Amino acid sequence: MIELTGVNKWFGEFQALKNIDLSVARGEKIVVCGPSGSGKSTMIRLINRLEAHQSGRIVVDGIELTDDLQAIEKIRAEVGMVFQSFNLFPHLTVLENLTLAPVWVHHTPRQEARELAMQLLVRVRIPEQAAKYPGQLSGGQQQRVAIARALAMRPKVMLFDEPTSALDPEMIKEVLEVMIELAQEGMTMLVVTHEMGFARTVADRIVFMDQGEIVESGTPRDFFAAPKTDRARLFLSQILGH
Amino acid sequence: MRWLRANLFSNWPNTIATLVIVWLAWKLLVPFFDWALVEAIWVASDTQTCRAAKGTGACWALIHEKHRFMLFGTYPFELQWRPLLVILILLALYVTSALRSCWRPWLAVAWMVGLAAIGILMWGGVLGLRYVENERWGGLALTLLLATFGIALAFPLAILLALGRRSELPVLRALCVLYIELIRGVPLISLLFMASVMLPLFLPEGMSIDKLLRAQIAMTLFAAAYLAEVVRGGLQAVPRGQLEAAQALGLPYWRTTWLVVLPQALRISIPPLVNTFIGFFKDTSLVLIIGLFDLLTTVKVSIGEPQWVGFGVEAYIFVSVVYFVFCYAMSRYSQNLELELARGAARGGVR
Repeated sequence: MIELTGVNKWFGEFQALKNIDLSVARGEKIVVCGPSGSGKSTMIRLINRLEAHQSGRIVVDGIELTDDLQAIEKIRAEVGMVFQSFNLFPHLTVLENLTLAPVWVHHTPRQEARELAMQLLVRVRIPEQAAKYPGQLSGGQQQRVAIARALAMRPKVMLFDEPTSALDPEMIKEVLEVMIELAQEGMTMLVVTHEMGFARTVADRIVFMDQGEIVESGTPRDFFAAPKTDRARLFLSQILGH
Repeated sequence: MRWLRANLFSNWPNTIATLVIVWLAWKLLVPFFDWALVEAIWVASDTQTCRAAKGTGACWALIHEKHRFMLFGTYPFELQWRPLLVILILLALYVTSALRSCWRPWLAVAWMVGLAAIGILMWGGVLGLRYVENERWGGLALTLLLATFGIALAFPLAILLALGRRSELPVLRALCVLYIELIRGVPLISLLFMASVMLPLFLPEGMSIDKLLRAQIAMTLFAAAYLAEVVRGGLQAVPRGQLEAAQALGLPYWRTTWLVVLPQALRISIPPLVNTFIGFFKDTSLVLIIGLFDLLTTVKVSIGEPQWVGFGVEAYIFVSVVYFVFCYAMSRYSQNLELELARGAARGGVR
């Protein structure tokens, strides 16, 4: 589904990603973790080219990411993304947020797009907020709308960039529940998160990154019980220690 | 009473200031109202009555006598119902465009029909209307036409320039920066001079663009440069995440710009946009230097006539009131629009 081979990324002099190899199978759920500044977000932002890589290959669903705009747009339409800061469109209602891309990218008829949007809002459990504006919703509700907005494009893969980091603790659960359901339905997911409980429940594989490298990867059971490297051990002791 | 005491007479310096201001207002305003309303002469068949009252009462008879020339310039007298109709059509278009409930596709159609009607009415030459060349257009009709067309044409150009200045294509960006800086660095007057004097020199022989059109082009180009910077300010205030979210959904550049970025950018820029519109509306009066008869010029010419010499104050008060009504309407409308657009977004930041 997604194939990264020997990918490097620099921001000026700073090398953000070093020789990344990662392969994600259809239906696989991968949790990416690691200390801040380790390149986790950069890596998933490469997959729908919100950032461009400088060397190596990235292939998504058989399409290689190059400067070719059409290929990029095609991939973006197949890859859903959820941001840490929600990034809902504040000038549109919740329902319009969900129908915008299907109508303008997939040319779905408006009525059909609205029906799909309502189904998705039921799925993320906020159908009653359809007519409101994002600014009137709580953070947890906004993030669920953002998930529904990504799903409205019927993506094959979902990327999550620290989806719960900007939320108050009591709202984290409602967002994670929606993500767990999505995982159970078989969606291919790549999630950058510090929620280790979620990782344990959902992930097929955990990828641990530090200083722009993938340091180790393995099943949650192996990773949590017996991390192979000192860096992973240190990281786990820091985030699970309290 | 309590309000008075708390705000105007709370302590000694405050009380003194209040009394001084009241005294000044009394000394200045009362004589003014006396002059402008009580002692004023509203209608007069000749200037003798006015001259007799000069210094004690205002001569509004001047406006009464000359209003047709002030409003319509040298447009043929018996045909002046045509520019009057044009002004009414423009006002109707402004009002409908101001109502959000009218922001529907038919509004664009209304504008096209309206503008076509305006062209037919002003020029004539069809439908049995007598042809009137545009050298004879003038007054308020001309001012409104210059301002309306100027803003309507400059605004889309400004948006393109602002987008171009933020483009990732170096050549396009450089061109937009060059245009904006060049036009902004020159006074409007010199642009008008260039348009009226220099432009014809560069045109092939036998070809000529008329004066009004040249002035309109110069004003449009000028307004576009200013508006472009206002729009760019708005674009910069839209968070980067908005662009990324739209891109991540697969929306191409123009769709992203049109559906996500511009609506937010323009909403943020309403106050400075209206500021620029108001400035531009008044700047149309500068066309007098190339010999077009806009509202300010017709008023100036009216008081140049021997029999009305000396009644400049009344004439300029009149023209100020006309300008003020339009500018204040724009200002009030922008405040309402801001409030209306802010509604439904009670929480957080610019929404």
